[in-house]
Amino acid sequence: MTRPNNQTTVIVAHQFETLEQQFDADLLGMWLFLVTEALLFSGAFLALAVYYHQYYDTFSAAARELHWLLAGFNSVILLTSGLAVALAEQAADQHRRRLTLWWLSATIALGVAFLGLKGYEYYMEYRAGLVPFLDQPFAFSGPDPHNAMLFYNFYFAITGLHALHMIIGLMVLLVMLVLTYRWREGARVARQVRIAGLYWAFVDIVWVLVYCSLYLLGR
Amino acid sequence: MNYLNAGYGLKSWLLTLDHKRVAWLYFISITGFFFLGGAAATLVRLELITPAGDLLSSDAYNQMFSLHGIVMVWFFLIPSIPATMGNFLLPLMLGARDMAFPRLNLMSWYVFILGGAFTLTAVIAGGIDTGWTFYTPYSTMFSNGAVLAAATGVFIVGFSSILTGINFIVTTHKMRAPGLTWFRLPLFVWAQYATSLIMVLATPVLSITLVLLGVERAFGIGIFDPELGGDPILFEHLFWFYSHPAVYIMLLPAMGVVSEVIACFAHKRIFGYKVMAFSILAIALFGFLVWGHHMFVSGQSIYAGVAFSLLSFLVSVPSALKIFNWLATLYKGHIRFDAPMLFALSFIGLFLIGGLTGVFVATLALDIQMHDTYFVVAHFHYIMVGGMVSAYMAGLHFWWPKITGRLYPEMWARVSAIIVFAGFNLTFFPQFILGWAGMPRRYHAYAEEFQLLNVFSSAGAGMLAVGYLLPLLYLLWSLRYGARAGGNPWDARGLEWTVASPPPKENFATVPRVDSEAYAYDTPQ
Repeated sequence: MTRPNNQTTVIVAHQFETLEQQFDADLLGMWLFLVTEALLFSGAFLALAVYYHQYYDTFSAAARELHWLLAGFNSVILLTSGLAVALAEQAADQHRRRLTLWWLSATIALGVAFLGLKGYEYYMEYRAGLVPFLDQPFAFSGPDPHNAMLFYNFYFAITGLHALHMIIGLMVLLVMLVLTYRWREGARVARQVRIAGLYWAFVDIVWVLVYCSLYLLGR
Repeated sequence: MNYLNAGYGLKSWLLTLDHKRVAWLYFISITGFFFLGGAAATLVRLELITPAGDLLSSDAYNQMFSLHGIVMVWFFLIPSIPATMGNFLLPLMLGARDMAFPRLNLMSWYVFILGGAFTLTAVIAGGIDTGWTFYTPYSTMFSNGAVLAAATGVFIVGFSSILTGINFIVTTHKMRAPGLTWFRLPLFVWAQYATSLIMVLATPVLSITLVLLGVERAFGIGIFDPELGGDPILFEHLFWFYSHPAVYIMLLPAMGVVSEVIACFAHKRIFGYKVMAFSILAIALFGFLVWGHHMFVSGQSIYAGVAFSLLSFLVSVPSALKIFNWLATLYKGHIRFDAPMLFALSFIGLFLIGGLTGVFVATLALDIQMHDTYFVVAHFHYIMVGGMVSAYMAGLHFWWPKITGRLYPEMWARVSAIIVFAGFNLTFFPQFILGWAGMPRRYHAYAEEFQLLNVFSSAGAGMLAVGYLLPLLYLLWSLRYGARAGGNPWDARGLEWTVASPPPKENFATVPRVDSEAYAYDTPQ
């Protein structure tokens, strides 16, 4: 399928005067949504910080049991997907449909790879007996296993919440893939990809915080 | 051709993208929740007529006050003015054809209904007895009720207010008509804007708190449970970080409504417009810094208590500024005592009492005596019912001709306003005295010397019920039999009064151009 070159006139939603106004509104809406997302995570990080302060030694020891190297490699994968989505935005801006499709697919593939590796990490923790709920035996060998449980609760709650956001982000990107494939109006697709990319970038940045506060603290 | 006859049938309402119809969806659903919460309150007041716990078992009593609190706070007070009048009026006041995100607007209503369904399920499936605050560890370890379903309902309904908040902020920023600068906006818009900021910034913290509460209760993942090393006080901090600003989610829109009504019925420009706008923002800001005053006796640090107490006093400064400015607006005005004005004036009086007693309970030493007594109950009902619900009624009557195109029966509306004012004071003023004398809240049996005042209070509740049922009847009656209202029956100022009543589907045939300040009552419209 070749790139369609006859651009149809862009239809502005009825409540707006100009496309620019509509785009500004959409972008501001997404930024505000990201603010709420940041505050959502902040509650969990705040609680984590409180308990870090309270049980510093235990939490540090518990954090050292996590697979920081594997997760570090995973971080590289996720940040690369962030690069891919940025390139997709650029390609969409230049109305290059095929290139946009390619970069979007790369973003999705890297995102899925991240989730796969994360799942493998969970599996290893499950095998090591570090899952303190679902009636699993808790086999943490360090000091003060009682409070170490608390750390793993946070670990699973925060990374789980992040994984949930990844899944939502992947679904959004899949929709973008379909919209790019159809390519109704170039300007509109570029706008939609940019807004979706903003969400994906946010998920990336939250992961950097997750990685630093769960894996690296105490090292 | 107006928005009401632009389409018929259930589908044209349930799938509407018109902000005015979405407002109606909210009107109908929150009215249902209001009377549900009111029914629970009626049972509570009936139980408290006698000192012995004879009408309800203690469990049933706990479930009734919890139901009352949860439904009234999350399903009536928080959505009330923003979701109904805010939805209806914001685009009209801005000179826009609709919200920035009409689909999101409709979605927020569906999310609201879904959350309501969860909560109602919780009530039917065994009830919930934690109070509206869900304090841990009671809610996670001991309560036998359907805590999870109710918390899920509240979690879901939070997203409804987040979506509404985002929509309002974007609409206010991006959809203003040419010439409508920030300082030409009606104060109602300022109030909606500040409220939306709180919704967007505070609600997510409640969401994550409820998620943590939910995983603790469902999977035994310890976060707040002291047995698992957690800290229940942390729950209270996180909960009140949302729930104190939530008080201003309820109150700020009420202040916006009262500003519009007072200016119109005094037929004067609002006194100190900029001070009014900035005091709204100041209240929204201070609202985020005072949550610890709910926890003076919970074991937080005494130094934190002192700081929170001082910061709480600060809130009274912008609140008092607003009261003085409303009074100054009335001064030398051409005052008319139509029903909206009666409700707005009762707002000022009752909010004043509620605010001043708020200073009592914000005082660290005094609060140790007052905490968890009926004094606190009376205080926040003066703010939320006396303040917020009075303003809701004021706004409902004020814009009813615009919304429906019909006038309500003025005499009945005045009767209702007076019954509500008298009934409210009879219900809640005795509770100040009861609390001062030491009657604790949330008990279904009490010492005999408290009976007389409790009987007064219950009698007042009966009056309130009449006062709130009357408008339901005559407003419904007016839909069919009310006299036709013209475009501007009150001779009011503002873009919403320049269009026909009810407004056309697209609000404005051509985008209006604004070249004067709000409340230009000295010039003819």
